[in-house]
Amino acid sequence: MSMLPLAQEGRLRSLADFYLTTIRTAIQQQFQYRAATYMYLVGMVAEPVIYLVVWSTIADQSGGTVGGLTAGEFAAYYIVWTLVRTMNIVFTPYGWEERIREGELSGQLLRPLHPIHYDLAWFAGGKVPWVLFYLPIAVVLTLVFNPTFDVRPLEIAVFAIAVWGAYLIRSFYQSALGLITFWTTRVGALFQLYITLELLLSGRLVPLTLMPEWVQTVAWFLPFRWTFYFPIQTLVGDLSNEQLLGGLAMQVLWTLIGIGLFSLVWRHAIRRYTAVGN
Amino acid sequence: MDSAVHVADLRKIFDVPEREAGLKSATKSLVRRKTKEVRAVDGISFDIAPGEIVGFLGPNGAGKTTTLKMLSGLLYVSSGDAHVLGYVPSKRERDFLRRIALVMGNRNQLQWDLPALDSFELNRSIYRIPREDFLRNRDELIELLEVGDLVRKPVRQLSLGERMKVEIVGSLLHQPQVLFLDEPTIGLDVTMQKRIRTFVAEYRQRHGATVMLTSHYMADVEALCERVVVIHHGRILFDGKLGALSNTFAAWKTITAAMENGSSDLSSYGEVIHRDGDLVTLRVPKAETARVTARLLAEQEVLDLNVEDPPIEDVIELVFAQENRT
Repeated sequence: MSMLPLAQEGRLRSLADFYLTTIRTAIQQQFQYRAATYMYLVGMVAEPVIYLVVWSTIADQSGGTVGGLTAGEFAAYYIVWTLVRTMNIVFTPYGWEERIREGELSGQLLRPLHPIHYDLAWFAGGKVPWVLFYLPIAVVLTLVFNPTFDVRPLEIAVFAIAVWGAYLIRSFYQSALGLITFWTTRVGALFQLYITLELLLSGRLVPLTLMPEWVQTVAWFLPFRWTFYFPIQTLVGDLSNEQLLGGLAMQVLWTLIGIGLFSLVWRHAIRRYTAVGN
Repeated sequence: MDSAVHVADLRKIFDVPEREAGLKSATKSLVRRKTKEVRAVDGISFDIAPGEIVGFLGPNGAGKTTTLKMLSGLLYVSSGDAHVLGYVPSKRERDFLRRIALVMGNRNQLQWDLPALDSFELNRSIYRIPREDFLRNRDELIELLEVGDLVRKPVRQLSLGERMKVEIVGSLLHQPQVLFLDEPTIGLDVTMQKRIRTFVAEYRQRHGATVMLTSHYMADVEALCERVVVIHHGRILFDGKLGALSNTFAAWKTITAAMENGSSDLSSYGEVIHRDGDLVTLRVPKAETARVTARLLAEQEVLDLNVEDPPIEDVIELVFAQENRT
């Protein structure tokens, strides 16, 4: 029986080749549906604009600030929020639920590469058109809401890394949650709980400094704040160099914990796979 | 030489939730859930030699697809032994997955909105195929399946048959040594079925691949497989040469005679199962075939005569009918 040889490059280079190829394919796919992508993005911008209008109005009526934040700082927070949100979109538990329930996972399990690599690469590729499409929206929001920005080069560099850290953390925790479908086939309720916690404890709903003290304390012990609040604060807040680098270290820690959790659940979950459908 | 596929006393048992229809029983199942044990595969054993092509036959729910899924590593076995090319499939080692392919007639693995060429490129990177080998292999498969003008169209614009051919190209780019084909011609027209059959035979010949094929179309099996394994209710009923299947299970043969006078009464020779003008088909017990043929030729004005084993579809039907009665 004849067999093709393996490509000569090492495993890491092959993996890089896979990521680049998948990212390219995902970009092509997104461009194929540019109108739909734009509509999706415009819909997504609605969430921060609502927060922004509400908090700017309250700030104006409260003598210019709320919890020490001015209307301009709120504007900066939510404009960066949208960029972070665009960057931390991941394959959701609903995606896993459908993939498992419909048996689509079979095709992916037949490949000599873990499906998580495909998800990470595919959603990384999807971000390129999303961010490109968001830039004109960001310009409009800037002109309308006059944000206050005072950014150092190191902050920009840390932000560029932190948005990917946020992406990895959300990817692994949401994928681990999605794997619960192997036991229940309906993971929606748990995902709702996750999103509620994320809204409150990540800085997604409001800047964490506006939350009660005890909520802020709890947030320190959970991964959520590193997926919204920290990347946003790198550009908007006044973080010291130690806080910036310490934040990245925390992202690494929570990513490693996420990988461990995902791997653990995967090992048990995959034995339960019954390859329903096809 | 070692077997390419070795299966010994293989079992797969599913616990399937079960309840009566209606609100009462739905409420009850909230508290206490009843499950039923389903033995999808129940102690099967067989070996397939390298380069052999075997037809895996059985009615819906017989356990064919479950077996293929266990052999390709998608399902864990409940008990027993399964080895493919010396690997334990459920471990899903990378080297194992690079050597096999499972092609299912109703599955789509290509990117729906993009031309298939993009998905092929993705498969190149997943299977770590050296670029030169990839291009050679891809172009060879495209030529064999005559899909040159299809691979540049978005997959969603292809017909079912076109998509199946393109799907096969994508599944074989890494040149698998063992091919599990689950209903590869399902829903396709006769021409397309024939094209895919020819392709499978050519692929096997070129690469010495081992092929295990399930199909409801007996034409697929007759064209490709010398050996068949018949499975029903998760158990093997027959494993041997296709020709021997009718010897084992069909106790009769058919005699088709072109008569000078088609209206003659031939019921004394055997059961008349078909009459089309002067052409009469009789079913006779196998042991009496020679005697009945001689009598027919001596006593009737026969222009032409043909003695055949029953069609394979009829034999298979007979096998399952016998099994259902036991």
